[in-house]
Amino acid sequence: MKRIYLDHAATTPMDLRVKDAMEPFWAKEFGNAGGLYEEGRVAKNALVKSRETIAKLIGARPDEIIFTSGGTESDNLAVFGVANHLGTKSPNGDLVPKSHIITTKFEHHAVLEPCQQLQKEGFDVTFLDVGEDGIVNPENIKRSLRPETILVSIMYANNEIGTIQPIAEIGKIIKEYRTSHFSLPTARFPYFHTDACQAAGYLDLNVNNLGVDLMTVNGSKIYGPKGVGFLYKRAGVKIKPQIIGGGQEMRTRSGTEPVALVVGLAKALEIAQAERASEINRLTPLRNYFVEQLMKKIPKVVLNGHSVKRLPNNINASILDIEGEALVLYLDAKGISFSTGSACTSESLEPSHVILALGKPYEFAHASMRFTMGRGTTKEDLDYVLGELPNAVLWLRKVSPLNLELGAKSMSHPEAFAGENLRVKAKSKSYK
Amino acid sequence: MENKQDIDVINQYTGEKWYYSDIVKEHFFNPRNLLWERPKDESEYDAHGMVGSPACGDMMEMWMKIEVGSGKSGVREERVKELKWKTFGCASAIAATSMFSVMITENGGLPIDEALKVRPQDVMLRLGGLPNRKIHCSVLADKAFQKTANDYFRKTGKFDKIAVEGARVIDARLNITDKDIEEAVLEGAQNLEDVQKKLKVAVGATEEMKTEVEQLIRFYAEKYYG
Repeated sequence: MKRIYLDHAATTPMDLRVKDAMEPFWAKEFGNAGGLYEEGRVAKNALVKSRETIAKLIGARPDEIIFTSGGTESDNLAVFGVANHLGTKSPNGDLVPKSHIITTKFEHHAVLEPCQQLQKEGFDVTFLDVGEDGIVNPENIKRSLRPETILVSIMYANNEIGTIQPIAEIGKIIKEYRTSHFSLPTARFPYFHTDACQAAGYLDLNVNNLGVDLMTVNGSKIYGPKGVGFLYKRAGVKIKPQIIGGGQEMRTRSGTEPVALVVGLAKALEIAQAERASEINRLTPLRNYFVEQLMKKIPKVVLNGHSVKRLPNNINASILDIEGEALVLYLDAKGISFSTGSACTSESLEPSHVILALGKPYEFAHASMRFTMGRGTTKEDLDYVLGELPNAVLWLRKVSPLNLELGAKSMSHPEAFAGENLRVKAKSKSYK
Repeated sequence: MENKQDIDVINQYTGEKWYYSDIVKEHFFNPRNLLWERPKDESEYDAHGMVGSPACGDMMEMWMKIEVGSGKSGVREERVKELKWKTFGCASAIAATSMFSVMITENGGLPIDEALKVRPQDVMLRLGGLPNRKIHCSVLADKAFQKTANDYFRKTGKFDKIAVEGARVIDARLNITDKDIEEAVLEGAQNLEDVQKKLKVAVGATEEMKTEVEQLIRFYAEKYYG
């Protein structure tokens, strides 16, 4: 059966041009870039070139690119790196007790969980609300900035709903804040980090336009290899290495450089940035078509996130009264792959924190479906999905006892969630 | 044995594999005893019950018809003649409700007292096993049935038979009950530390309270995973 893969936000197939670029560096050019001899020099040369390519693409200097094992490591390195370098004691001196970090409630777990851990370790962390449309209000960041704020970490585009955050605007606000505190010892802070993994295929990555000090990008979302990514770190920004040992990557990230992966990452980013304009032009109408047809063919569908300020390949909608995992399995049998924010596919059995952050109740999160298109997606593919989807939904709705309201803000059947004389808590609410 | 089955769902964050047996798939794609149309008149059925778990996002509703007759020794007997249901939930929740309804109504139906003794483990066994994280779903089927049975007992005046799931407060400072701990175990907590992560129960509490929580964790772990 033909498979229609609509989960490009999870990972992308590797571009064959990337595969070709990597090919020599597995078996033939296998050298350790740290070696002074011929094999080492070949490896080193490839590493240097890749670093230069990436630096040029994002408007940075080569020594500002730190290769890592991927998005999660880059995010961890940025958050823990800044926090651990400074410690809980504010750089402002003894007067202010705690270093402060600002992030959002709908960040990727690779940022969220380090922030939660730092909170336990004594850092003060602000988890900002996001608007109903899935976009952070820069004014909220402005209001949260304090002399002891050391780091602001805001994702460029959300991985679940694809909403694009006003990074350049936030970058300006942070720069202005620093300038206005130039006489304080904290004038260099806060640092500004953005996770650009989802954005890298579609948006401008120029770090000067964005005004970021740290930026995460990985290979697996841009038709490159999995297991490699980089952290852009502006010269002068000090972070504590999280992996130590050999002193590679300007003593910031130890470990023998995976030359093949790095070459692949550079090639993938080069292609992604070169083709992003044409991909935007091709995918945007497809996205709008899919959303429009989805709404037309299936009653009770709610689009999650802003309808326009989102990645051109992302469609995320809650199809009410049914549960995501069931629909995923149902359509998998029809050759369609996509993902869901339902709790049943998460480790903690908690539904998507992103959909909950939009102020929607549990059932909307359990019913959220994410379709993310890619370079191989055609209108025919979408028409096939649009042909199968309504029947699957119709069937699962017959099975389901739920009948939710479109604009619901709270849990639908609290009485179902309590036993005899049993009190049930859902988030901060309590039901009897 | 598990390795021979198809991998149906892979957790995007942990890579953990979830296997569904062929029986689970069969009941998911072709559920038995599903209620197609809601009864126009509630009195069409003898009892009705509804249950859910906010953490897992499952909700189940059951409708039951009872046939009163005489058993082997001529004693009055109430058998479950029909058990219809609707389920909002994942594939295993749908399959577990379907299988539960089959087990209760097959071969002329179980006497209601016997039906109440069907345990989640029995359902899982008949389904050919469920992934650990999915045990939640089969537990809900028997809870939904308990509520339905309670409704029947209430309507027929058998108040002594109504089983009340009493919640006993364990940590009075946070009003955390044994039910909360049961939920935490069902969600995968295996020891005091895991439960504390979820509930903050017994943090900085007396040794007695900690021991009691640990005992409850062992009890529920035994009950559902033992």
